[in-house]
Amino acid sequence: MKILVCITHVPDTTSKIAFTDGNTKFDQTGVQYIIGPYDDYALARAVELKEQSGGSITVLNVGEAETEPTLRKALAIGADDAIRVNAFPKDSFFVANQIANAAKEGGYDLILMGRESIDFNSGVVHSMVGELLGMPSLSPVMTLDIEGSKAKMTREIEGGKEYLEADLPLVLGCQEPIAEWKIPNMRGIMTARTKPLNVVEPADDTVRTQLSTYEMPPAKGAVKMIDADNVSELVDLLKNEAKVL
Amino acid sequence: MSILVFIEISEGEIKKSSLEAISYAAGIGGDVTAIAFGEASNDALSAAGKAGATKVLHVADEKYKQGNIQAYASALAAAVESTGAETVVLAKSSLGDPVSARLAIKIGASLATNVTELPDTSNGFTVKRSIYTGKAFANVDLTEGKRIIGIKKNAAIIKEDGADAAVEAFSVSADDADFKVTVTSQEKATGEILLPEADLVVSGGRGLKGPENWGMIEDLAKALGAATGCSKPVSDMDWRPHHEHVGQTGIKVAPTLYIAVGISGAIQHLAGVNSSKFIVVINKDPEAPFFKAADYGIVGDAFEVVPKLTEAIKALNN
Repeated sequence: MKILVCITHVPDTTSKIAFTDGNTKFDQTGVQYIIGPYDDYALARAVELKEQSGGSITVLNVGEAETEPTLRKALAIGADDAIRVNAFPKDSFFVANQIANAAKEGGYDLILMGRESIDFNSGVVHSMVGELLGMPSLSPVMTLDIEGSKAKMTREIEGGKEYLEADLPLVLGCQEPIAEWKIPNMRGIMTARTKPLNVVEPADDTVRTQLSTYEMPPAKGAVKMIDADNVSELVDLLKNEAKVL
Repeated sequence: MSILVFIEISEGEIKKSSLEAISYAAGIGGDVTAIAFGEASNDALSAAGKAGATKVLHVADEKYKQGNIQAYASALAAAVESTGAETVVLAKSSLGDPVSARLAIKIGASLATNVTELPDTSNGFTVKRSIYTGKAFANVDLTEGKRIIGIKKNAAIIKEDGADAAVEAFSVSADDADFKVTVTSQEKATGEILLPEADLVVSGGRGLKGPENWGMIEDLAKALGAATGCSKPVSDMDWRPHHEHVGQTGIKVAPTLYIAVGISGAIQHLAGVNSSKFIVVINKDPEAPFFKAADYGIVGDAFEVVPKLTEAIKALNN
């Protein structure tokens, strides 16, 4: 089975978010970058599927040269080779278009990625890729089992889940608990250095949105502390000050 | 401007998040048509009018009964053509996101999800959307002639002053290629308030010490009419089901009131609740980081504070 796993290169979840240049650019000062947490689940499930039934895993990122350490980490976790589409990810359509273009000749049985990136939180790239390639797409997928050419999946829905079946090929947006995150071991880190990382140029430059400015939420006021022996004061504040009861 | 709103049906009624989408569309200004799939009575569908729709298109065909993402996207594309809609509005949800993405490709539209405010149309069409899991916003210009907007939950206030909407059957010539995915079954919590749509949420963390103590969280939630949630460690330990996990990699909520009990406030949990209007934190550790994000805080033993709070809420309700 040939699996393509698309990963994002995103600020660590604990990063302080700030902007520069008149709120038009993300401030990268002191920011550590990681594989998107949802993409990590997708990669981990791909590694498990390969361990079960063989095949290959290609990992792909749309990004400039600075994302290569993130791709190398994915190779250390268990991907066989990597593709970097050499472009800044401008919007969801641009990224989906690059993934679809890179994938269309690959003959992949599965194209996996996270349900969304944790920077732009759109949650749409997987389904755009599915539509561009004429493949079914599902998200957010919580479990994935392959039996021959058929996939059995669980998808999270509001307040529950649904069970689904479909023939491969498929595009899936993944989330926990689809697999346990994998941490690269020393052997993986050493072998990742020699695995192929192919850089390809973007297919075209088409975008459908234009980011103008960033904004921060208004500053939060100080917490009002209430004595544990006086919960009625909390009820009073929720009713008369916050007006939520 | 002609606007089409994709509305989701649950138990035969229009979901709250879809009513928000209708009212958001009405707020943009123009002629608002809603489209619904599956089992719902004309009376239930005409309620879309109160929120701001003038007409509801109903796809009642059995084939569209279950939430088939590809088929819904194709049907919506047909409805966009039929109504001449320039703008499509839907709620950001487990169905709305994937359907909107496929639709955007089909009709060549700009797409923005997680939108929190009405668009600025003074110079183009600019929407404000939540990014970095609620830690910031981006103002985004939708540059194509057609555009799709996914509304973040609780970002729009539901209007209730409109008249009943006319309901019309809408038929779609189904393409077999759209039905390659089979939904074999659904497992849905019934009789509960759905966490992603709840106005009030009570969540518990490791401070509850075990699943056997969840009764007091449920009692407080019941007294408030709230949904229940939990932190990631709690769902990882199977104290509570995954669909109650609130946080960066779980459900992101945006209620009017979020009460966190025995949750220290890891940054990944905060990322799932930072769109809440008011946050109450109950924790015996005065240094718990969650207090910094809270509006109201109580330092105390949850096993003593929560039952007292429940009684006080019940007394208020009586």
